[in-house]
Amino acid sequence: MDLATLWFWIVAALFVGYFVLDGFDFGVGMSLPFLSKDDTDRRVLINTIGPVWDLNETWVIVAGAALFAAFPEWYATLFSGFYLALLLILLALIARGVSFEYRHQRPEAEWKKRFDWMIIVGSAVPALLWGVAFANIVQGVPLDEGHNYTGTLIDLLNPYALLGGLTTLLLFFTHGVVFVSLKTDGDIRVRARKLAVRSGLITIVVAASFLVWTGLAFGGAWFWGFAAVAALCLIGSWLMNARGAEGWSFGLMAVTIGTAVLALFSALFPDVMPASNDPANSLTIANASSSDYTLTIMSWTALIFLPLVLAYQGWTYWIFRKRLTREHIPAAAH
Amino acid sequence: MNELLDPLLLARWQFGLTTVYHFLFVPITIGMATTVAIFQTAWVRTDKVVYLQLTKFFGTLFLINFAMGVVTGIVQEFQFGMNWSEYSRFVGDVFGAPLALEGLLAFFLEATFIGLWIFGWDKLPRGLHLATIWATAVGTVLSAYFIIAANAFMQNPVGYEMNAEAGRAELVSIGEVLTNPVALAAFPHTIAGSFMVTAGLIIAAAAWHLKRRQFVDAMRPALKLGLWMMVVAMAATFFFGDQLSIAMTQTQPMKMATAEALYDTACGADASFSLFSIGTPDGSEEIWSLRVPYLLALLSTHTLDGCVEGINDLNAEYVELWGAGDYTPIIWITYWSFRWMIGLGMAHTLVAVVGLWLTRGDRLPKQKWVWNVAIWSFPLSLAAMSVGWVFTEMGRQPWIVFSLLPTESAVSPNVTGLDVLISLVAFTLVYGALAVVEFGLIIRAIRKGPPKLDEPDPETGVVKPTTTVY
Repeated sequence: MDLATLWFWIVAALFVGYFVLDGFDFGVGMSLPFLSKDDTDRRVLINTIGPVWDLNETWVIVAGAALFAAFPEWYATLFSGFYLALLLILLALIARGVSFEYRHQRPEAEWKKRFDWMIIVGSAVPALLWGVAFANIVQGVPLDEGHNYTGTLIDLLNPYALLGGLTTLLLFFTHGVVFVSLKTDGDIRVRARKLAVRSGLITIVVAASFLVWTGLAFGGAWFWGFAAVAALCLIGSWLMNARGAEGWSFGLMAVTIGTAVLALFSALFPDVMPASNDPANSLTIANASSSDYTLTIMSWTALIFLPLVLAYQGWTYWIFRKRLTREHIPAAAH
Repeated sequence: MNELLDPLLLARWQFGLTTVYHFLFVPITIGMATTVAIFQTAWVRTDKVVYLQLTKFFGTLFLINFAMGVVTGIVQEFQFGMNWSEYSRFVGDVFGAPLALEGLLAFFLEATFIGLWIFGWDKLPRGLHLATIWATAVGTVLSAYFIIAANAFMQNPVGYEMNAEAGRAELVSIGEVLTNPVALAAFPHTIAGSFMVTAGLIIAAAAWHLKRRQFVDAMRPALKLGLWMMVVAMAATFFFGDQLSIAMTQTQPMKMATAEALYDTACGADASFSLFSIGTPDGSEEIWSLRVPYLLALLSTHTLDGCVEGINDLNAEYVELWGAGDYTPIIWITYWSFRWMIGLGMAHTLVAVVGLWLTRGDRLPKQKWVWNVAIWSFPLSLAAMSVGWVFTEMGRQPWIVFSLLPTESAVSPNVTGLDVLISLVAFTLVYGALAVVEFGLIIRAIRKGPPKLDEPDPETGVVKPTTTVY
């Protein structure tokens, strides 16, 4: 395997990390109106991700930087091509990010309500649009000879891509709700489990149709392998949740999201951004990647520092492993 | 209408707006992380409650500010690809590497350990919890180093080879990129400047309370720290700024020439530096100016008889090298931003020096206006920081990567003016609204003052801090 191919899979791994981790942040954010009855409930929900949302979100910054460094052409084509979609994602991430920190700074109900909505919308928009974006990448988009995207925002909102968006939206929603059931106790935990049973069923149907569509249109052997694991784990996650095994349910959901992302990257391989109008204009691993020297330096850096990052992030999750309840939320502070 | 929808112009405005805005928060993140770490270290070592109060007080300001730095930072990374795809294609092989290093080494570090610090008060042993804020502080400084190394490549490309076939610059020495002389001077210059800005905020916050004689036990040491931090940081900013001038004269002589609006090459006493001038708006004709002889020669070459090349001579050289064209940035911007950077920084330092004198020993001035000056000086060094960036980035024009890629060739060819206009308007509105919210929260947090803390544990005599809950 040459270095560029290695980096294709490292970029895939970084997006796996991003979607598995920030995925449940999005889900918790979207679940606010479904799982909370009062402000204390909402604070319990927000505090389940309070210590980790920033490190989770950083995965997309690192994935973006790795894309820029390892595949400048891919980064340039993707980010300039999906311009307005990415603008919406950015605005949503801005709204969500400041809300976690600013919501609790003032006691007024109006103030908090405004930030609650920013968290809900700021979680739902990226959860939907990342799916739309990745489905479009796999499907291919019109590119000119300079690898520039020639379509519009409307072209990105085609049925297949919208199904992809709905899939990530539902996957992340259920992932977040299962996370809540794992990280809380009391009424919220019970409510979360019940909600995950219902949302899980819809997720299974939608995700299965998206994976089958992808497989029939773009998939090879590797795709079907990863997709099968993803499908089995998704069903397993649902069963485990129904039986009250929250840890298993969450773990299997994480594997579902991870293998689904890998399935999409397998469908893409060895292209990175196929041109739907003319295959000659496609961006491939070979014509989009950086020089071997750059990739070598990046490989060594990743080899040394990625395990370190995983270690201290794993340790962080371990420190905050305890379940939260309403009793943990001090009434005095706001 | 067409001019209004020129993608290049709009993309430049957007980069300027989002970058200057982002860098209002970054210096405070860098300086305040260390400040909080210093106060928390003092608390761990002395067990004095006042240091814990200061840790919590400045910690709140730090976090309100940190959130803004994080969310506006994502825009910066995405923007390269969105608005400047040709630039990304051209420099990705070189520029991407430090950016990826920044993500892997610095961003993960600060993003992870900040969470541990905020929520870890009652979950980690005291020493370990202290280590988390230091790790965050190290992350903020490291991140500045990598991004400045990447920026330095745009000012002074090193460690690359041109690949004509692929039409891009390719990295041949990461060591040269990371030890770019421009980076080695610009990094400490920026870090020192960040501490100036932070010192300004500490002074203003402490002065607000001392004016009212509240929380004197906590705010007096805070004020002292802020005043000393300002003076020391200013000295360092000047020292490294001087180093940067030398590097700049060698690598981007045009930038130095336009910093003084020097049209014709001048040596020795003639290479004077104008402290102030009145002239035509484009800086090309001078009506009156206050000049210090030799100073420009000294700044640019560290010798009294050195020569500084003028704009006209340099442009003639560049025309020889790269063909007919105008290779000058907008001179009135470089001329005035260079002066304002220095002047605003010096004004703030003057406030700090006078402050040190007025508060020597146990003195606390009674006059309200003295405190008001300290409070309202806060924007000085922050503005100095902003115009400093305006100078260094505008002075690079018309190049996006000096001598290699003109800015006009770097913009995304397929992104329409309307696209950029939409995003420019969106960012302006959102950033404007957030500025109001964040400024309000900072003021509110300052007024609230340091938190009351629980009584010390009767056995150990140590106050157990309560943990933060969102």
